[in-house]
Amino acid sequence: MMKKLALTTALGALVAGAGYAQGIDVKLGVLNDRSGVYADLSGEGSVVAARMAVEDFKAADKGLNVEIISADHQNKPDIGSSIANRWYDEEGVNAILDVPTSSVALAVADITAEKNGVLIDSGAGSTQLTREQCRPTTIHWTYDTAALANGTGAAMTNAGGKKWFFLTADYAFGHSLEENTVKVVEANGGEVVGTVDVPFPANDFSSFLLQAQGSGADVIGLANAGGDTVNAIKQASEFGITQAGQKLAALLFFVTDVHALGAETAQGLSLTEAFYWDQNDATRAWSKRFMDTHGAQPTMVQAGVYSGTMAYLAAVEAVGNTDGKAVAAQMKSMDIDDPLFGKVNVRGDGRAVHDMYLFEVKTPDESTGEWDLYNQISSISGEDAFLPMLDECDFTKQ
Amino acid sequence: MFELLGIPPQVLLGQLLLGLINGSFYAVLSLGLAVIFGLLNIINFAHGALYMAGAFVAWMLLHYLGIGYWPALILAPLIVGVFGIILERTMLSRLYHLDHLYGLLLTFGLALIIQGLFRNYYGVSGLPYRIPDLLSGGHNLGFMFLPNYRAWVVVASVLVCFGTWFTIEKTRLGAYLRAATENPALVSAFGINVPLLVMLTYGFGVALAGFAGVLAAPIYSVNPNMGADLIIVVFAVVVIGGMGSILGAIVTGYMLGIIEGLTRVFYPEGSAVVIFVIMAIVLLIKPEGLFGRAA
Repeated sequence: MMKKLALTTALGALVAGAGYAQGIDVKLGVLNDRSGVYADLSGEGSVVAARMAVEDFKAADKGLNVEIISADHQNKPDIGSSIANRWYDEEGVNAILDVPTSSVALAVADITAEKNGVLIDSGAGSTQLTREQCRPTTIHWTYDTAALANGTGAAMTNAGGKKWFFLTADYAFGHSLEENTVKVVEANGGEVVGTVDVPFPANDFSSFLLQAQGSGADVIGLANAGGDTVNAIKQASEFGITQAGQKLAALLFFVTDVHALGAETAQGLSLTEAFYWDQNDATRAWSKRFMDTHGAQPTMVQAGVYSGTMAYLAAVEAVGNTDGKAVAAQMKSMDIDDPLFGKVNVRGDGRAVHDMYLFEVKTPDESTGEWDLYNQISSISGEDAFLPMLDECDFTKQ
Repeated sequence: MFELLGIPPQVLLGQLLLGLINGSFYAVLSLGLAVIFGLLNIINFAHGALYMAGAFVAWMLLHYLGIGYWPALILAPLIVGVFGIILERTMLSRLYHLDHLYGLLLTFGLALIIQGLFRNYYGVSGLPYRIPDLLSGGHNLGFMFLPNYRAWVVVASVLVCFGTWFTIEKTRLGAYLRAATENPALVSAFGINVPLLVMLTYGFGVALAGFAGVLAAPIYSVNPNMGADLIIVVFAVVVIGGMGSILGAIVTGYMLGIIEGLTRVFYPEGSAVVIFVIMAIVLLIKPEGLFGRAA
């Protein structure tokens, strides 16, 4: 008994010693799109969110000297890779945050594993990050294409939308989203009556929408994102598609997109998100601070950068250094109760599991302000939203 | 039922019509480029940015001043045209005696600056602009639902294209313009103010881009990248039609819109590149372009 107590005390002293003896330098790199189609949903807003996390964590009081840098990967894997390499090799970056655009995220995940950093991805959607291309140092925080499919895809099929036609952005993300959604639609008794691969990015969707209209589908699934989704929805309304009874499923849609479209055109759309600013007192309070600095409400991607950064800093504090593998393992073993996402459990494969929510866009009459956009329809538990873990990706066992 | 290559005729008709509508944008934009190149010898890379500016000016008129679509259709091109004249006077006019390349680089730089400013200020998500009430709704043509607004786009673009072609090819003013490009010294000897003519021509070409921007605003989301996405396609149209050929720009604009529309049905993945494939073929067989005069 005495012996055990002594050991625990010694261990405690050791951990505390590591944490407090000297300051730990932590350098975080926010790598995202700062000028292209995803700049509003990630971009500078993600940097603002990361800074808020450092502030709220009171990092300085806990002996962590945190510095944040940022760069524009222009949605190009080669540019993203070279920035990541430079950050790890020359600038002493310990963790890379955000990284929307799946192709870039997958490249950065590899480099991060090699350099023993941590990638906390919020913006990318591909499930490959925690499946086929899982790495011990990747944490995938906010959402993935499977969760989107399980949210919007299942809800719309169960609501009677049995026949689906897909407009798919012709690149990795679009195909992954289509594939995930098709599985969910079929599992719920629906069928796919047609798909068309739309070159990315596209301005004019009228031809494709006309094909979807002619297919007799109940639901037109939009497996695209950002400006493409906005244009497709706008033109569907122009061509009388929604008025004629066909429904649109915006499989990936952010609050900034809905804001761009206006409640008039977007009303009634259902969509899946991990976070909405107006969910509860905690999200409202945080979002108000974010809005005051950034001038727009936060997207789930930006909220995810905040939460991921908080968890990372807590893990660094607990481990006492910035060793990538150790910190990632710590994130997977600790209890996370996040102000924005609620209870979060980071699985062995790096998938952060938390509830997802199904929303419907308000009508202009219901909406009381330019950012008052969603009604919450239901919540989906993390276990139902995300794909199960692959055995070979459970890095806590290895 | 009669089918052509597995496509029912009503779908085909619908796609032809949609192609014509897109072609309307190509025609108005490439017409502006052709006018500027034909008469000023400037390859105006800022054209896409000015098209985007036209859409933004229409949005700003509505948002800040409450001025609706119809007045904006006149006002926005005027504002963009005046802005173009300022650019011409302060910058472009210094480059006329230099190689084409300098004009191209300058206008390319201007395009990046204009886009960057709008992006910083308004973000990239785009801004909503409603279809005017008079043109909302549409008609069922049997083979497709034609939104009234798209029909209006075709009418407006045909009118503008015809008017411009007529002015340049058939009127006295047009004759002066054409003469001024051939031999400015001689024309000014006749007492015609050539620099003024050039300045107004650039302003007019740019106003055409602004006009296309206002036409586009209710259909596409008004965002800083809308011009950058389109400009390369429009350049290909101008090259296919023949650099500087007014008629070539108009006819190829509509024609390529239709070809692109058909590609969307038969091979959607190829629709983004079909225009460039045609450009490559035309450059190989007839480098001066379909309507161009051999240099």
